[in-house]
Amino acid sequence: MDMNILMLGWELPPHNSGGLGVACYQMSKALALQGAKIDFVVPYTADHPEIDFMTVHCATEISPLDRYNFGAYDIYKENSKHKNSLNNMRGLQQRYIKFVEKLIKITKPDVIHCHDWLTMEAGIRAKEITGCPLVVHVHATEFDRSGSRSGNQLVHDIEYNGLMMADRIIAVSGITKGIIMDKYQIPDSKIEIVHNAIDIDDLNDGYKYDNKTYKYMEALKKEGYIVVSTITRFTIQKGLFHFIRAAAKANEKYSKLVFLLAGDGEQRDELIKLAADLGIADKVFFTGFVRGKQWRDAYSVSDIFVMSSVSEPFGLTALEAAHHGNALIITRQSGVGEVLKNIFKYDFWQEDVLADQMIGIATSKALRESLTNNVKLEYAKLSWSDVALSLSKVYGVASRKQTI
Amino acid sequence: MSKRGIVLYLHVHQPFRLRNYSVFDTALNHDYFDDTANEQIFKKVADKSYRPMNELLIKLLDKHPEFKLSLSITGSFIEQAERWAPDVLDSFKKIIATGRVEIVAETYYHSLAFFHDRNEFESQVKIHQDKIFDVFGVRTSVFRNTELAYNDQLAKWAEEYGFKGILAEGWDPILQWRSPNMVYRPHGTKNISLLLKNYRLSDDVAFRFGDKNWVDWPLSADKYNVWVNMAADNSSVVNLFMDYETFGEHQWQDTGIFDFYEDFVSKWLDNPINTFYTVSGAIEAFEPVAEISMPDTVTWADTERDLTAWSGNSMQQEALRYIYSMSDDIIRTGDESLIQDWRKLQTSDNFYYMCTKWFADGDVHAYFSPYESPYDAFLYYLNAIRDLRYRLHHDHHTGGLNG
Repeated sequence: MDMNILMLGWELPPHNSGGLGVACYQMSKALALQGAKIDFVVPYTADHPEIDFMTVHCATEISPLDRYNFGAYDIYKENSKHKNSLNNMRGLQQRYIKFVEKLIKITKPDVIHCHDWLTMEAGIRAKEITGCPLVVHVHATEFDRSGSRSGNQLVHDIEYNGLMMADRIIAVSGITKGIIMDKYQIPDSKIEIVHNAIDIDDLNDGYKYDNKTYKYMEALKKEGYIVVSTITRFTIQKGLFHFIRAAAKANEKYSKLVFLLAGDGEQRDELIKLAADLGIADKVFFTGFVRGKQWRDAYSVSDIFVMSSVSEPFGLTALEAAHHGNALIITRQSGVGEVLKNIFKYDFWQEDVLADQMIGIATSKALRESLTNNVKLEYAKLSWSDVALSLSKVYGVASRKQTI
Repeated sequence: MSKRGIVLYLHVHQPFRLRNYSVFDTALNHDYFDDTANEQIFKKVADKSYRPMNELLIKLLDKHPEFKLSLSITGSFIEQAERWAPDVLDSFKKIIATGRVEIVAETYYHSLAFFHDRNEFESQVKIHQDKIFDVFGVRTSVFRNTELAYNDQLAKWAEEYGFKGILAEGWDPILQWRSPNMVYRPHGTKNISLLLKNYRLSDDVAFRFGDKNWVDWPLSADKYNVWVNMAADNSSVVNLFMDYETFGEHQWQDTGIFDFYEDFVSKWLDNPINTFYTVSGAIEAFEPVAEISMPDTVTWADTERDLTAWSGNSMQQEALRYIYSMSDDIIRTGDESLIQDWRKLQTSDNFYYMCTKWFADGDVHAYFSPYESPYDAFLYYLNAIRDLRYRLHHDHHTGGLNG
């Protein structure tokens, strides 16, 4: 592939707050390996020491930490008085757009590839100026982020415009494609599903599990306990109240279960309180936000990984959990379930079903082993180089569509 | 006939606060307590309160032969003073050596064990009595429970144990038409007297003294003296019970609290019919006038005067359930360091930090908490509980690990 791609993103590792940054990093790397020249724009200034396969452009002088204060996933609160201020999401986006306007005069892209509502406006502007085809990649919509609530209307509007102006749309799952069609009335033919993948080489970096990180849980496991975990942001999107209630139900029937909730978020306090209300406070382990070794070891100490999301466009963590030997239980509302068969599924509100599945896996070694072994064969087939191939086809279609 | 008198009783306490003890420490590091922060806080309060107030008390004791007071000093305070400010402990010894300052009995660890584990409670009372004798060379004979948490059962226990007096809150719904300024007899007892806190006059100093929004701010010694004299009219005692740290820590020196009190003591004693009593002194001077019954627990805290600040929410209830369900296993090990850690975790402050009723008195809770939120307090505590379970299991092969 011999193409100049302008990637408009919001985060890259190690400055990511979630899966969006990982996906952007991996697909860019795979595209670069296939010969693409990529200019990737992020809204903050920071070093990306491991990235040598593309040029990272920093749109503003804000630090990645400041940007987390109104993180990539937060609903933006508008304050029109501070239009170009870096203190709010809107101001930051305006500065980002201005930066992109200048950048495209130098880089001369063949295609513009933007990620989620955060950079859609910048993508539209770049398309207006250059006339290049615009590919809008949807990792999550406002409907996903807001759970059962209606979400922020401004964000909906930006998403709608972005989807309308796009030459091609990439959805990370059939679930996301369905939302784009149902909620934004975008025709089927304009949307391509490209599932995310997992880079196993990246995870095989000499990592060794340290059984001291979660020493108490290891001691419990020696006593026959099974660790059920989830690693996520504690937001409404993730359906964690259902998870805790299911945990209490499972605990009534089978007491040798403990629950590891790794992560942080606005619902943390309520979750702690709910566990206490249900009388299982000592069964639920809250780690806070985990990175590096603590993050990897959380997967390793765990036997069963639950993705309880009310709406999850993809759900990369499930693949990471599978890689670390977990049996998976995933809601039918999670996109990752479309690419895996050797997993348990349930609807996010079915607490009894989840409880039942947890007990089933915990009490049957045979079931646990067949799930973990078989799912490994499945995720190993999902590669980012295949994703890159699918992307270049989409770019091709987008360009052709433009020339007609 | 005995003179009417003020019973000044000050409560001296510092808890062993937990550090941010995480899941990643559990079963690996057994150091739950934040020595650095505890030392810092102790030294700060020593400078602001213990040193200047003891200086004032010594001055008042020298100047006024009739000035007397009572102190309750927790074991965890004494341990911290021994480690971080021996001079503060020496100044308390000096005060107590005057013979006009009485020490009140309580639980060594400032716990609410009475409501959860009677044996453990009694052990802690005994340990406290022994420590007080070791350090100050005196025996205690009047009891106060942590947070002044009192009910009829407690009074019966105190009588059987051999105490001659007990302290409680003088709470209106209980007293109804009766005055807190008399000596009473707890319901169902024969040989024990009950002293009830005059919370209005106590809180005027303890809570309102420096509050510029209070209609009576600034409170002068003259004005306060008039109020106390009015309360004492046709009465036996005016029981002014409060935290010792009121002086200098809750009410800073710049509010004028020290000068105010010095002035007030002189003014009160200017009236020849007035005096001061220790708690025992008051009990000896006055026979109980009537019986008082408190079937439900009454404390000196918050507008509700109940235990909800320590056991009102589900997190506190879980934490209490976990810590007291280990009693037998812990005691049986005979492992001193394990038993002490377990007992330090019983300190009521730990549960107070988990309080979520942020209403009228919420600010008080916020002020005293070393944690970001009650939820953090709960998580650190829970991890410490797990580590105790681990030590029981791993070092002593007793007790199952649970969650």
